[in-house]
Amino acid sequence: MAMEPYPQSAQAEVVKPPPTSVGVLGWIKDNLFNGYFNSLLTIVTLFFLYKIVPPFVRWAFIDSVWCPDCAEACKKAAGACWSIITSNIRFIIFGFYPYAEQWRPLIAMFLLFGLIYYSSKNKNWKKSLIYVWIVGLFVMGVLMKGGLFGLTSVESTKWGGLPLTLLLSVFGLTAAYPLGVILALGRRSKMPGIRWMSILYIELIRGVPLISLLFMSSIIFPLFLPEGVTINKILRAQVAIILFTAAYIAEVVRGGLQGIPKGQYEAAESLGLNYVLTMRLVILPQALKIVIPPTVSILISAFKDTSLVVIIALWDLMKTTQSVLSHPKWMGFSPEAYIFLAILYFLGCFSMSNYSRKLERELSQGEER
Amino acid sequence: MTQETKNQAAQAASDRPMIEIIELHKWFGELHVLQGINLTVKRQERIVICGPSGSGKSTLIRCINRLEEHQRGRIIVDGVELTNNVKNIEKIRAEVGMVFQHFNLFPHLTILDNLTLGPIWVRKVPRKKAEETAMYYLEKVHIADQAKKYPGQLSGGQQQRVAIARSLCMNPKIMLFDEPTSALDPEMIKEVLDVMVELAHEGMTMIVVTHEMGFAKSVAHRVLFMDYGRIIEENTPEAFFSNPKHERTKLFLSQILR
Repeated sequence: MAMEPYPQSAQAEVVKPPPTSVGVLGWIKDNLFNGYFNSLLTIVTLFFLYKIVPPFVRWAFIDSVWCPDCAEACKKAAGACWSIITSNIRFIIFGFYPYAEQWRPLIAMFLLFGLIYYSSKNKNWKKSLIYVWIVGLFVMGVLMKGGLFGLTSVESTKWGGLPLTLLLSVFGLTAAYPLGVILALGRRSKMPGIRWMSILYIELIRGVPLISLLFMSSIIFPLFLPEGVTINKILRAQVAIILFTAAYIAEVVRGGLQGIPKGQYEAAESLGLNYVLTMRLVILPQALKIVIPPTVSILISAFKDTSLVVIIALWDLMKTTQSVLSHPKWMGFSPEAYIFLAILYFLGCFSMSNYSRKLERELSQGEER
Repeated sequence: MTQETKNQAAQAASDRPMIEIIELHKWFGELHVLQGINLTVKRQERIVICGPSGSGKSTLIRCINRLEEHQRGRIIVDGVELTNNVKNIEKIRAEVGMVFQHFNLFPHLTILDNLTLGPIWVRKVPRKKAEETAMYYLEKVHIADQAKKYPGQLSGGQQQRVAIARSLCMNPKIMLFDEPTSALDPEMIKEVLDVMVELAHEGMTMIVVTHEMGFAKSVAHRVLFMDYGRIIEENTPEAFFSNPKHERTKLFLSQILR
């Protein structure tokens, strides 16, 4: 409703705030020195920063060795040995993928990044997006696996490094999310059978660590298969990650569903919408939006948890890095290797949380009460 | 079918009561909230239900579109009986408009999308047509200029008028109002009641749970007074207000008409 502007008292003169409360000085005073205790904290913090930052910069940038295959120079240098990364980058990123064919996973990864970027724009959220993904996945599959269009075939046991980590996380997360939503709806279902199955599933999976699920998928599960039948190891790990993540997403989504007032269900039902339409058009859009922050937390931790597949001997990013470190030539340079690894994971996690904040902002445009 | 039998069928349909409620009982757990309600609502009839809180008046109208399930008795809406048959329930809900005390607009959709949701997904009306209808009803409730806004940006009175328009877009045969003005600030009550009066003059079948006695006097054909899950008194508005028969009714009226 258009409000009448509240009548202003006769041309109130503009009174400026005192200079110590605005600008840089004002900010410093307000935030860093507004009391004895905070002033002390500021000084202590500055002291530690002085002790830590310059030596780190010296180690990481000034005294560091960057040239590939400079293991000997590294041993003498006082700074970081980035040479371990520059010399082994292709093994860390691609694992045992045949050296000459490594352009294929590279292109597949860029394709994946492109697809994810394209999908992140909500102006592209149309039916055609599904087809774009189907085509994209097919191309990526062909690139990775080969055997078609004159590409040499590369067994999935040779897949490793970053492509494997991305494969496990992207498919793990995108499959776990809808499964989690279905489980959450199942847990709130009026039908006792469905409800109890969902509860049983969620509680069983949540009661077990991911590592044990991965062990089960790689060691126990094959025992039950008939002789001669094998299921791809990556696929088994993938399924374990999906099942695990879905249980957690289910509980978060259930929290969101509980936050939707009963009146929303009643309004939708009184228009004659059936259960599926009520959920899809009215309840889930609101519930899923409420739970974006906790959902993204789960997705981020699931992304990092894919590194646990090292224990079932899949050569993901973590494992390839570790195996470089076990080489006699590069022993003792683990800080550099792990910092590099941490940066890669950070980029992934940070872009997820960044995107979620953007999404929240966009979805709540104009809706504020 | 001959022309004559067709006419007879049409005649029967128009003579048939819009809503028939026979010996209706409902319990919430042990609590007996509706204790044998009998009510027949004719086509184009307007009924106001009043009574103290907890008397079962909201529960009664919520039973009519099955937001509440009854345990005994029958409810027949325009010839279709409400049973556990989900298809019947959805069909009746699409024919019966409901306006709630707290509006219950969909906060994630614009006003226009709130109005077109039902027609597009339940009635399968093409979007363009649904939007035209929606704008027509928004004009009617004097709020067409807000079509692109979200419910949270509107005042309570405006939201309630949108809620009425949303129900009307489904082209309902009956409109149920569950205390439509009790969550509104006093200055917004009138704008909502005006819309309801206009609707009444167009011949809509209406059941209104309200304590707005002025509204009851000017538009209702019948006023029902409920207490303890029963209809205690029913009469024309004139007789009901000037000459209440039951002690309970007299007490109630003396309290709200102070």
